[in-house]
Amino acid sequence: MKSYFIELKEGINISLRAIRANKMRAILTTLGIIIGIVAVTTMSTAIVGLRQAFINSISSFGSDVLYVDKFDWLGGHDWHSMRNRKNITFEQYEKLRNTLSSYSAMAPNLRSFGAKVKYAQKSTDATMIYGTTEDYVKTANLVVDKGRFLNSMDVKSGRKVCVVGTDIADALFPREDPVNKEIKVGGMPMTIIGVLQKQGSGLFGGFSPDGQIIMPLKTFENSVGKFRSNLRIDIKVSDQNRINETRDEVIAIMRAIRKVPLDKPNDFAVNQQEAFKELYDKTVGVVGIAGLFITALALFVGSIGIMNIMFVSVTERTKEIGIRKAIGAKTWSILTQFLSEAIIICLFGGIVGLMISFPLSLVINQFLPTAMPLDIVIISLLISAFVGVVSGFLPAYKASKLDPVEALRYE
Amino acid sequence: MDNIITIEHIAKIYQVGTEEVHALADVSLTIDRNEYVAIMGPSGSGKSTLMNILGCLDTPTKGIYDFKGVNVSDMNDNQLAQIRNKEIGFVFQTFNLLARSDALHNVELPLIYAGVPSAERKERARAALVHVGLESRMHHRPNELSGGQRQRVAIARALVTNPSIILADEPTGNLDTKTGEDIMALFHEIHQKGNTIILVTHEEYIAEHAARILRIRDGLIEKDEIVDRRRIPTKNNASFL
Ligand SMILES: Nc1ncnc2c1ncn2[C@@H]1O[C@H](COP(=O)(O)OP(=O)(O)OP(=O)(O)O)[C@@H](O)[C@H]1O
Ligand SMILES: [Mg+2]
Repeated sequence: MKSYFIELKEGINISLRAIRANKMRAILTTLGIIIGIVAVTTMSTAIVGLRQAFINSISSFGSDVLYVDKFDWLGGHDWHSMRNRKNITFEQYEKLRNTLSSYSAMAPNLRSFGAKVKYAQKSTDATMIYGTTEDYVKTANLVVDKGRFLNSMDVKSGRKVCVVGTDIADALFPREDPVNKEIKVGGMPMTIIGVLQKQGSGLFGGFSPDGQIIMPLKTFENSVGKFRSNLRIDIKVSDQNRINETRDEVIAIMRAIRKVPLDKPNDFAVNQQEAFKELYDKTVGVVGIAGLFITALALFVGSIGIMNIMFVSVTERTKEIGIRKAIGAKTWSILTQFLSEAIIICLFGGIVGLMISFPLSLVINQFLPTAMPLDIVIISLLISAFVGVVSGFLPAYKASKLDPVEALRYE
Repeated sequence: MDNIITIEHIAKIYQVGTEEVHALADVSLTIDRNEYVAIMGPSGSGKSTLMNILGCLDTPTKGIYDFKGVNVSDMNDNQLAQIRNKEIGFVFQTFNLLARSDALHNVELPLIYAGVPSAERKERARAALVHVGLESRMHHRPNELSGGQRQRVAIARALVTNPSIILADEPTGNLDTKTGEDIMALFHEIHQKGNTIILVTHEEYIAEHAARILRIRDGLIEKDEIVDRRRIPTKNNASFL
């Protein structure tokens, strides 16, 4: 065991000396690995970042929530025919609420994209406005930072109150406490009763949940959403493991409520967050993997360069191999010597590659919510070492199998 | 006397195209401990081939090789490497030193493959270099040394593992007469200390330093003779007195 380390150390020393003796050649060879590692790490950072951004932007949809809507979010139906479906009404919501056997929260809601919000001389844009009930805090998994959320009294009597995201609070009340201040949403005056906790930006900052405003359903109908009466019903299930059973029950009840004939398909959809992820992985995800594969080709080309140079190195040092064998180097002593040379070149390339791609990942971080993950650093170093082993093995094996008499005679 | 080497009906046959080249046709011989043997013969007679087989660098096509009571004819590459490392010290005509390493590291090399730890290794390599009179050239690379000095580094490398035999293939072939004489003095001293030496040479006066001369022709032993009046080398280099 000890002699193994003594020989390994000699192997590494020889490799370092050989690399130093051919600096230019080593640098040029390493360039292939550097480019490969930069390409692969940058690509995978972008892929991880894109997916994270996507997940952030759908995080307002809980994984334990069913969304009953006129529209099927993943399409699959012609949009016009979905548009012509009957709206989901408040009465249907009430019937569903009274029939469904188990759920932990159920919130009907209306939505509107964007509206001007004003306070005194200041104004800003809300990304989303919701009209809903007190249950929405549970179905949307919201946390109230200041003040309180809507209560049943607010909802029943359609009070002119609202809960706002941090972006709106920060824009209109940079120094004051927003709670109990009266603002104008789409021209309608209403009082802020609560501010939501910051959630962070979505994909490229679009539809940030921090720019939303939530108000009672009736208040919404009387202000921003006069013409929008297609309800969505968000149902948080009581047991996530039984989400499919609940989903089947919801479908059965909704078909009965909406009097869908037995031979007709559903005229509504029960949507889930999971479906988004699946769709993402099937489309953008596949493109990403293909991209990664193509960038991995750069690494492959780099490893061929290493293999080529290692073959040259073995040929150049045939005599040296003969000498070493004559005085007692075993097959694996020579194998280790050349393998460690290839691995050192590749690891060096990997480290330099990471030093280049780390700042690149900070640039990516300006657009996507991710820095280079630690596991990518570790994986790419492992990959570099692996490339070293793979591309160094054949030349090293050739060297280790040289006949000592032939090798000594080599000029 | 106990013998170190016994070979019986050794042949080395190379296939060149359709022709068979008998580098060694049929050689049998025994060599005892502390013998000093010179091998002579015309160019192409098979001297180097015989040396390579005796040194376990090469394996015979036919015949049995018994080294210190162990049959090495059918050992694998790694077992042969171990024998070369522990039991045999080579000295070549062209020195065969590592060009990028200094004298000390060249001498350390066999000890590295023997698994000797660094401190002990350096100690022994230094002692071997002192022994051959190169204490002031430890950190010189081969191209910073004269031919005779290079050969002495090679001899130090051959001695450092305390091998059972020293094999030298024309060790003075690349040296002038005076330097060659220095090297022969070194071999004489090594032999005096109890080592076994086998030496290939073209020159009669070099061979006469040995106690026994084997004459080879066309892969066969032509003559196996005892040297009546051995030549004792003149020690004209004070450095290893
Ligand atoms: N690899 C080989 N393939 C074919 N023939 C070989 C090979 N090696 C040696 N021979 C032949 O074997 C014979 C003996 O070679 P060897 O090197 O042993 O001669 P030598 O006695 O050492 O000659 P010299 O005094 O010139 O060194 C020669 O005829 C040579 O051509
Ligand atoms: Mg020869």
